Amino acid sequence: MHMADALISPAVGGTMWAVTAGLTAYSAKKIGADLNERIVPLMGVLGAFVFAAQMINFTIPATGSSGHLGGGMILAMLLGPHAAFLTMASVLAVQALFFADGGLLALGCNIFNLGFFPCFVAYPFLCRRIVGANPSAGRILAGAMLSSIVALQLGAFAVVLETVASGISELPFTTFALLMQPIHLAIGVVEGLVTAAVITFVWSARPEVLHVAPGREAGRLPMKKVLVGLVAIAVLTGGVLSWFASTHPDGLEWSMLRTAGTEELSGHGSAAHAALAGIQEKIALLPDYGFRATPGGSGAGSREGESWPDINAGRSVAGIVGGGLTLLLAGVVGIVLRRAGQAGRSRPTPER
Amino acid sequence: MSGAGQALGSLNGLDGLGRADAPALRVDPRAMIVTTFLFIAVVSSFDKYDLLGLLPLVLYPVSLMALGRVSFRRIARRLLVASPFAVMIGIFNPVFDGRIIAELGPLAVSGGWISFASILVKFLLTVSAALLLVEICGFDAVCFGLGKMGVPRVLVSQLLFLKRYIHVAADEAARMVRAHALRSFRRRGMSFRVFGSLCGQLLLRSLDRAQRIYNAMISRGFSGRIHLLRERSVRGGDILFASLWIGFFLLVRLYNIPLWIGTLVLGSLA
Repeated sequence: MHMADALISPAVGGTMWAVTAGLTAYSAKKIGADLNERIVPLMGVLGAFVFAAQMINFTIPATGSSGHLGGGMILAMLLGPHAAFLTMASVLAVQALFFADGGLLALGCNIFNLGFFPCFVAYPFLCRRIVGANPSAGRILAGAMLSSIVALQLGAFAVVLETVASGISELPFTTFALLMQPIHLAIGVVEGLVTAAVITFVWSARPEVLHVAPGREAGRLPMKKVLVGLVAIAVLTGGVLSWFASTHPDGLEWSMLRTAGTEELSGHGSAAHAALAGIQEKIALLPDYGFRATPGGSGAGSREGESWPDINAGRSVAGIVGGGLTLLLAGVVGIVLRRAGQAGRSRPTPER
Repeated sequence: MSGAGQALGSLNGLDGLGRADAPALRVDPRAMIVTTFLFIAVVSSFDKYDLLGLLPLVLYPVSLMALGRVSFRRIARRLLVASPFAVMIGIFNPVFDGRIIAELGPLAVSGGWISFASILVKFLLTVSAALLLVEICGFDAVCFGLGKMGVPRVLVSQLLFLKRYIHVAADEAARMVRAHALRSFRRRGMSFRVFGSLCGQLLLRSLDRAQRIYNAMISRGFSGRIHLLRERSVRGGDILFASLWIGFFLLVRLYNIPLWIGTLVLGSLA
């Protein structure tokens, strides 16, 4: 399930962006070092395959509802963790930019929830171990099923943590977790079945394309354990810190991130890090909480958020009148700009 | 045609405006990316009860739609499709937060409804900003900007490839679904077994295609890097564009403009 920008705070979004940027730089570096340019078109086409496969619905037996492919596990089994992670990141970016699935601030969260767990946790630690050196239909089913369930459970739990840490939804932690985990258990089972069905087909038709195929050295963990630990700590601390230390949002988590970031980013990744750092600094300047104490605006009236609890009907009316006028003004500006643009051009371009 | 056909239809013309030779709004993608990110950061930094303070930010997507000549309907359609998660999670706010925080004559409004409304407004603002980024700059230019801003080259190539082949793979999938539908008479839906081999078949075709593309690219001198035709540099106008908007965002973040307007109007009426 995609996180939405509307439900996360800048601190959580920024933390997850930094973690995801580190993972992306790491994966890109691994691909550059390990593989040749052959992987690039393969990743592109497989990303497109995930999109296309999502358009095909099948009926879930005995329920009457339908499901489709999620994609993370299948990519990991075909491409290996690093390329799969980048492919998943690109798929989610395109979904955010074109289809309004999730958002740009939440993109870091989404890539982490839907990319990191299947590619760097479930695949190397479960799927690869279970399917092993001599795969069979049963092993593929078991591996795909178990790792899909685990990846989705972890992803769903991360959604819960990120949402609760942001403090925008009122859903209590336990309620939300009890809501999300069972739903994603069902989704995980379906995803596991689909993944197993597709991978079994490919395995019988053309086994050499699988990353989990025989002949490849098994047991070599693609991801350094140190890095997994570091990232896990970064995430947990980031989540917990922004939860408790919301009055000082930029201090600790920021320095913690920098340590985690420099571990992963070396050489050519540093520019990405610098750019993100710039953006993050900007975000950290505008936390929820920092401006609360600042007396802003007109005279006695400070910000609406803090003064609302003591009820004041007059202020509410002023708020509604002002809000309505603001929207009206924005609409008028829009219309004027559009008219001006159309008048300024002799040859109108077709609108969509 | 089924859902697959419709999905394919919505894929078409994803970023036609940005690719035009004379875009309605000429902004360097980097300036646009930075502005979009700051906009989203500012929007999400508002307190959950501060519905009113958010409202002036509507000006940003509205002016971009006007300046970039993106039709409202085009954005709204995609917003509607994407709204479920934010709505589903937000709808619990009125349930858990029943504290009365505003009164309008006889009507008492609880905090939960205010925060639910502000989640919806935040959703509209952030998602439309993301959509407008691509609508106005075009996807290729956004990728180019990302590359210039230090995003790893492999990821930039991957994004460009992905966008190029979504249509091709989706076309293939739609053909397969149609072929299946035509041969399965009145049976609605697709059984799981069929789905598995259909998806596997699609995957094999995709892999073949990847191999052909790779061969074609190698024979044309591909060395792991995609070159983009349209090179551009940041100009003064781009910096002005970004800094004016960022200034506006900060102003809105620091002062509650709607409340100020409302007090002013009511004061002059009284």
